[in-house]
Amino acid sequence: MRGLHVVRQAVRAAVPVAALLLAATALPAAAQEAAREPAYRAFPLIGSRLAVWAIAQLHLNFAAFILGVPIFAVIIEIIGWRTGAPRYDWLSHEFVKLIFAAFSTTALLGAFLLFLFVGYYPKFWAYMTSIFFPTYWIYALLFFAETFTVYLWYYGWEWLSGPRKWVHVSLGVLSNLFGTAILLIGNSWVTFMMSPAGVTETGALKGSVWAAINNSTWMPINIHRLIANIVFGGTIAAAYAAFRFLNATTDEERARYDWMGYVGNFVALSAFIVLPFAGYWLGREIYAFNQTMGITMMGGFMSWLWIIQAILIGVLFLGSNYYLWLGMERIPGSERYRKYVPYMLTILAIGFMVWATPHSLIVTLEEARAMGGTHHPFLGFFGVMSAKNTAVNLMILTTFLSYVLYRRANRLSIRPWVVIGMAIQWAAFAVAAAIVVFYGVYGYFVESIVRIGFSVYQVGAVLGAIVLVMTIDVPMFRGAKSTGAIRWGSIPARSQYVLILLAVTFTWLMGLMGFARSGIRQYWHVYGILRDTSVDAVTPALGYAANMITTVTIVFFALVMFIFWLGGLSEKGKPGAHGAAAMPVIAGGSEDPR
Amino acid sequence: MSVLRSRFVQAVVILVGAFLALRFGIRPPAPWSVIQIYMAVVFLAVLIFVSSDTDSWRSFVNPMRAALVDPSQRPVRIVLAVALPILLGYYAYTQAAARPQAPAELRAVHPAPPGSIQFRGKEINIAGVDNPLRKDVATFKRNVAAGGEIYVRSCMFCHGDNLDGHGLFASALNPPPANFEDPGTIAMLQESYLFWRIAKGGPGLPRESTPWNSAMPAWEDRLTEEQIWQVIAYLYDATGQEPRRWETAH
Repeated sequence: MRGLHVVRQAVRAAVPVAALLLAATALPAAAQEAAREPAYRAFPLIGSRLAVWAIAQLHLNFAAFILGVPIFAVIIEIIGWRTGAPRYDWLSHEFVKLIFAAFSTTALLGAFLLFLFVGYYPKFWAYMTSIFFPTYWIYALLFFAETFTVYLWYYGWEWLSGPRKWVHVSLGVLSNLFGTAILLIGNSWVTFMMSPAGVTETGALKGSVWAAINNSTWMPINIHRLIANIVFGGTIAAAYAAFRFLNATTDEERARYDWMGYVGNFVALSAFIVLPFAGYWLGREIYAFNQTMGITMMGGFMSWLWIIQAILIGVLFLGSNYYLWLGMERIPGSERYRKYVPYMLTILAIGFMVWATPHSLIVTLEEARAMGGTHHPFLGFFGVMSAKNTAVNLMILTTFLSYVLYRRANRLSIRPWVVIGMAIQWAAFAVAAAIVVFYGVYGYFVESIVRIGFSVYQVGAVLGAIVLVMTIDVPMFRGAKSTGAIRWGSIPARSQYVLILLAVTFTWLMGLMGFARSGIRQYWHVYGILRDTSVDAVTPALGYAANMITTVTIVFFALVMFIFWLGGLSEKGKPGAHGAAAMPVIAGGSEDPR
Repeated sequence: MSVLRSRFVQAVVILVGAFLALRFGIRPPAPWSVIQIYMAVVFLAVLIFVSSDTDSWRSFVNPMRAALVDPSQRPVRIVLAVALPILLGYYAYTQAAARPQAPAELRAVHPAPPGSIQFRGKEINIAGVDNPLRKDVATFKRNVAAGGEIYVRSCMFCHGDNLDGHGLFASALNPPPANFEDPGTIAMLQESYLFWRIAKGGPGLPRESTPWNSAMPAWEDRLTEEQIWQVIAYLYDATGQEPRRWETAH
C-alpha cells in the first residue's frame, strides 16, 4: 500500500513538471513564431502585471519554504542520528512533513507562472528562451530529481531507519543539493533581467550561456536567497509550532511544540544574523553594475522603501529578542540574567531608531526653514550608511548576547578557567562593539568609496566576536552543573503570537524586497535590453505596492494554513507516528544538561 | 519612591521623557514625521520592557485593571471619564484650528541620474565619467579659479558665499538651495551627477522628484560644458569635499 501511495504522489507531482517540460519543448517553435504574435495579452480584470506579480510572489514564498526547511531539517536529523536522541528525529520528520505538504502547491504555482509568461508576455518569454533555453532542461530534470528524492526521504523514514539511517540522511543531503541547484538556475533568469551580461547591445547571446548566468548580481542573490530561505523556513515552521502550541490540549503536546517553535526561531535567528551582510553585498553589486539603478533603489523614489524595511527588520530583531527573554521564564536560574534585559533593549531600540531615520525627510516648509534646508544638521548623520551599518552591527551583537545568556541560563560551568573564559568573551563583545563604533564614526571623515569598505571591518569584527565567543562557550559549558531542567510548555502564550508575528513580518518583508529588486528595472523587462512597452510599464508607487504585497501575504498564509490542515488530517485518530519522542529538555541546541 | 517601582509608572515616565527629549532636546527641531517614527519605536520597546516577564507584566497591567474595576478606584475612574474626552476634544481642536500651510513633502534627495544626457546636441555620458579637467594637473588650479568666478557670478545668490545654501534668495525658495558644506550632499555624489543636475536643473528632474518646484535653472543654456566642469571642480575644492569615486562590479 505504501508503495502505491508513493507512486500516486509521484505521479501527482510529476504533472506540473511534465507541463514545464512540454512547454520547454515547444518553446523554440514559439520563439520562431514570436514575430507574428502580439507582444502582450491582457489578463482579464486585474491585468497581466498583477497576475504575474501575485503568482510570482506566491510561488517564491512556497519555493523559499520548501528549499529552506530541508537545509535545517537534515542537520537536525543528522544530530538525532549521531546522538541517538529520538526527539531530533521526530522534529526533523515534523519539518519535512511541512514541506512535503507544500511541495505540490509550489510546483503548481510554478507551472501557473510559466503559463502566464508564455500566454501574456510571449515576446518577453521568447527572448528569455533565446538566451536560457539550455537551462530549462536542466531545471526540469533537477525538479524531477528533487521531487523523487524528497518523496523517498519522507516516505522512507521508517523503512530506512536503524543501520540504513545513513542512506536516509544521504537522501536529505541530496534533496538539498538538488534544491539549491534549482535555486541557482531560477536566480540566473531573474538576475539576468536586472544585470544582463554575455549579450550584445541588441540582446543577442555572444558566446556561451554561462556568461549570461554568471552576471554581476547572480552570486550575491544566490547567497542572499539561500540564507533568507533558511530564515523564512525557520519562521514559518516556528509559526506552525506556535499554532499547534496554542491549540494543544495536553502538557506533553505543548512541551513538544514549544520546543519545535524554539528550534524554528533559533534556526531563523542564526541565519538572520548574517542576512544583512549578504543584502549589503547585493546592494553594492547593484550599485556597481549601474549607478542609476543603485540610486533609484537607495536614494531615489524607492528610498522610503528602505525605511519600511528598517522598521520591519527592527520588528524582527525586537521580536526575536523578546521571544528569547520570554523563553528565559521557563528556565530555572535565568533570573540572574534578567537585569541585562533593559540594557539590551535600550541598545536595540536606539539602533532601531537610527536605522529607521530617513535620509529624505518628510518636512513641511516651516520645518525645512528651521532646519536650514532639507537636511537636518543633527539627524542627517543618522540618515547615511555609516550610522545604519553601525546600528545594525550593534543590534546583531546584542541579539547574539541575548542568545548567549539564554544558552547558559540554567547552566553553571565547572571548568577551572571559567573566569578567564568569561573575561575573554566579554572583551570580545567590547572590542567588536568598539571597532563597529570607531569605523562608524570614522566613516564620516573619509570619502564614500573608503567608507563603503569600512563595512567589511565592522562585519568582520562582529562575526569574529561571534566565532570567538562560541568557541569558548561550547567547551566552557560542556558537562556544566544544571540549575534545573527547562520547563518546556510553560512559556507565556504571548510568546507564540510573537512567533506568528515574526513569520508574517518576514513574509511581508520578502514581498517588499522582491518589489524593490524587480521595481528598480523600472520600464525594462531586461534592463537596458528589452523594454517594457505594455500598458503596465509604470513602476507602481509604494502605497500601491504595499497593498499588493499585503494581499498576497494574506493569500499565502491562508494557503499555508489550508495545506497544514490537510497535512494534519493524516494524524487524526493515530496514536502518534514519531510522537513517542522524549520530552525535550535542552537550551541553546546542545546536549542535555541533566 | 515606591510609586516609581510600578512598571506602569515607569512606562509612562519613559514615554513622556522620550517625547520631551525628542521634541525639545534636538536642535533645530526634528521634523514631526521623524518624531512619529521614533516614538513608535519607543512605544514598542516600552511594551516589550513591561511584558518581558510575567511579574513585570502583572505590575504593569494591575493599576489599569484596578482603575477600571476596583471599587476603591472610583474617583480615578471619574477623573479619567472627564479627562479623556477633554484631551480628545483638545486634540480635535488642534487639528481643526491648525494654521494653513503647504503639506509636508517627500522629495527624493538624490534622484537617479540617466545613463547619458543630451547637452547642446552632444551626448554626454553620466555613468562612469569623472571630471575631465582633473586629468591635466598643471591647469587644474586655473580651472578651479575660473569655476570660482562662475560660482560668484551665477550660483552664489542662492547657494551662498559660504556654499552653505544661505544665499540672498534662499529664504524665498522652497525647496531651499543645496548646502554644499553638508557631508550628505556633494560628498556622496560623483562629479558627473553634479554635471547632470547643473546642466538640466529643476526642469530636468526625473519623475521621482515631483513636485517639480525646484528653482534651479537649467544651466546648459548659459554655461559651456567646460564651465560646468570648472564650477564642479570649484565646489569640491572650496568645501574640501572629495567627489565620490566609481565602484566596479566584482
